[in-house]
Amino acid sequence: MSNEIRNSDDIWTLRLYVAGDNQKSRTALTNLTRLCEAHLGEGSYEIEVIDLMKNPQLAKADQILAIPTLIRKIPEPMKRVIGDLSNAERAMLALDLSRFEER
Amino acid sequence: MTVREGEGAAKIHSLPVVQKAASGIPGFDEISNGGLPYGRTSLVCGSAGAGKTLFGMQFLVRGISDYNEPGVFIAFEETEEDLTQNVASLGFDLQQLVDSGKLALDHIRVERSEIEESGEYNLDGLFLRLELAIQSVGAKRVVIDTLETLFGGLTDYTILRSELRRLFRWLKDQGVSAVITAERGEGTLTRHGLEEYVSDCVILLDHRVHDQVSTRRLRIVKYRGTSHGTNEYPFLIDEDGIVVMPITTAGLEHDISDERVGTGVARLDQMFGGEGYYRGSTVLVSGTAGAGKSSLSAHFADATCRRGERCLYFAFEESPAQIKRNMASIGLDLASHEAAGLLKFVAARPTMHGLETHLAVMYKLIRDFAPSTVIVDPVSNLISVGHQDDANQMVVRLVDYLKTHNITALMTSLTTGGKAEQSTDIAISSIVDTWLLVKSIEASGERNRGLYVLKSRGMAHSNQIREFVISSEGVDLVDVYVGAEGVLTGTARAQQESRERAERLRRQREIERRQQELERKKKALDHQIASLRAEFEAEAAEIEKTLEEKKAIEEQLLFDRDEMAARRGADRSE
Repeated sequence: MSNEIRNSDDIWTLRLYVAGDNQKSRTALTNLTRLCEAHLGEGSYEIEVIDLMKNPQLAKADQILAIPTLIRKIPEPMKRVIGDLSNAERAMLALDLSRFEER
Repeated sequence: MTVREGEGAAKIHSLPVVQKAASGIPGFDEISNGGLPYGRTSLVCGSAGAGKTLFGMQFLVRGISDYNEPGVFIAFEETEEDLTQNVASLGFDLQQLVDSGKLALDHIRVERSEIEESGEYNLDGLFLRLELAIQSVGAKRVVIDTLETLFGGLTDYTILRSELRRLFRWLKDQGVSAVITAERGEGTLTRHGLEEYVSDCVILLDHRVHDQVSTRRLRIVKYRGTSHGTNEYPFLIDEDGIVVMPITTAGLEHDISDERVGTGVARLDQMFGGEGYYRGSTVLVSGTAGAGKSSLSAHFADATCRRGERCLYFAFEESPAQIKRNMASIGLDLASHEAAGLLKFVAARPTMHGLETHLAVMYKLIRDFAPSTVIVDPVSNLISVGHQDDANQMVVRLVDYLKTHNITALMTSLTTGGKAEQSTDIAISSIVDTWLLVKSIEASGERNRGLYVLKSRGMAHSNQIREFVISSEGVDLVDVYVGAEGVLTGTARAQQESRERAERLRRQREIERRQQELERKKKALDHQIASLRAEFEAEAAEIEKTLEEKKAIEEQLLFDRDEMAARRGADRSE
C-alpha cells in the first residue's frame, strides 16, 4: 500500500484495448474517461486506446483475450479489467480508484 | 445417365462425401476412414494426461510435414517454451517449424485472479489473435488446447457460451480443420458440455488404470456423415507420438498362401508332410513349463533368418541375452542373426503395460520392422495381464492383423499341470491354424518330452507322438517306443529297446546253439551208424568165413563117406 500511496501523485497510464471504432468501443472509452475525471482529475491520467482491428499483433504482448480490456500500467501493480466498465462500482474497486474522493 | 465401367454404384448418385484431413496419427486414419473432417471442427476429449495435447500437436506437425498444411496451435495451458520442450522428446521440432513459417504458436494466458470484470465484453481478442495466427502462416489446421480453461478464467458463462458458439461457427467459416481439446467431465464427455457445439466429430481418449496397469484407448464417439470404427482402440504414446492400433476382428478376407516354410526341425517338417508350416499361418505351441516351447520357437526363428527373412521375437519371460545364451547351448547362434539385422528381440515384462498397450506396441514394431515371422513367447502371459475376454479378443485382433499381412506367427502358450492341455487355450485355439502340443511324459522316475500335432489346417500331418529330444545339437524328434509295453520314452524307451536287443540276441544265440547241437547229434549219429556198419561188416565177414569153413567141412565129410562106401562096395541107397 505504501508503494501506491507514494506514487499516487504520478500520472496514471491506462491502456484500453478495443476492436474497431464502434458503439462498444466508444462506450468503454466514455465510461473510462468519466471514472478518471471523477476520481483522478484532468492531467493526472493518460489513456492510450489501441484498436486491435488495426494492430492485431499488439494483442499478444498484453495477453488480450476479451474486448474491451483495460490495462492499468502505472501505478503498479498492473491491473486488468475486462468489459465496457458500465459497472462503475466494480471498475473502481478493480482499479483502486475508490480511495480517491469523488470530485 | 451414363456410368463408366468400373465406377461403383455410389458414384451414380454422386453423394456428397465428407472430405477428410489425414491426421498423421498412424492407425487413426484407418479407423476413421481417412482422418478428421476437413474444414470442420473436431472435439478431442479426455481426462488429464490422456494425450489430448499430443493428439492435437501430432495433427499439426504431421499436417505440415506430410501434407503441407500449415497450422496454428493456441495453447491455454502451456507457454510456447514449455510446449516446444515437451514435444521435443517426440522428435517434433516446433521452433524449426515456426521459423520456417509453417506453424504459429500462441499462448493465451487466462488467470482469474488477474482479471476483473466490469460490464459487457466479448472474446474478440481471441478471435483477432486466432485470425492473425491463421493469416501469418496460411493455416489449414488449427488446434485449441484447452478451450475449457476459459471457464476457469471468466465468470460470465452466458457471455462465454455465446462466444464459444460464435467461435465454432467462425472456425467453420474459416475453412480450417480444427481440433478442440476438452477435459472430460463427470458422466459427460466434457466438463462444460462443449460437445453441444461440435457436431461433426467427437473423439474420446481414455487412460484407464486397472490392477495398477494403465491402458490408453481411443474411441470415435461420433463422426457425422461417415462410417467409422466404433470400437475402443488401444493406442500408445512413444517416441514417435501417438500410434493407434487399428485392428478389428472383421478381417477374414485376407489372402492366403500355399507357400510352406520350414520349421527348423527336420523331423517336424516331416510331420507336416515334409514341408513345414504354411506361410502366413498362425502356429500355437502349447505345453507345460520346461516342455521345450522356447526351443521350438528359437528353431523357427533360426530357420527364418537362415532363409534371409526377418524375424521379430517378443520375449515375455526371458531377457534376450538369456535366450541367446540358452539357445547357444543347443547349438543355435541367434546372436549372429541379430547382428545381421534379421532378428530382433523385444523383451518386456507382461505387467509393464496393459494388454492393449502391449498389442499396440507390438503392432507398431511389426509395422516398422516388417518381419516375415513373429514369435510371441509366451502369449499366455499376455492373456494373464488382461481380463480373459478382453485378452482373447485382443489376441484375435493381433492374429488377424498378422494374417492380413501374411506374417507367419508362432505363439507359445504355457499350460499348467493338472489341467487338460487343451482347455487353457480354448479361446485362442480356434483361431490358430497349426497347434503343436509339447507334453511331459512322466514314467519310471523321469520326465520326457513328447510332441504331437493337435491340429494343422489344410495339410496332411502325422498323428504320431514323437519324443522331443533337446541336445547340444538342437532339437530333434525321435520315434517313441510303441509296443506291447505301451508308449515309452526317454530312458524307459532306451531300456526297453536295449532289453529287446538283448532278448533278440539271446534268441539268436539259442537258435545257433540248437543248430550246433543238432549238427553234433547228427554227427554222433553218423558216427554211430558208421561204427555199427563196421561192426556188422566185421561180423558178417566172420560169419561168412565160418560158413565157408562149415561148408568145406561138410563137403569133406560127404566126400569121405562116399569114399568109404566105395571102399566097402556097398550099394547105393538112392
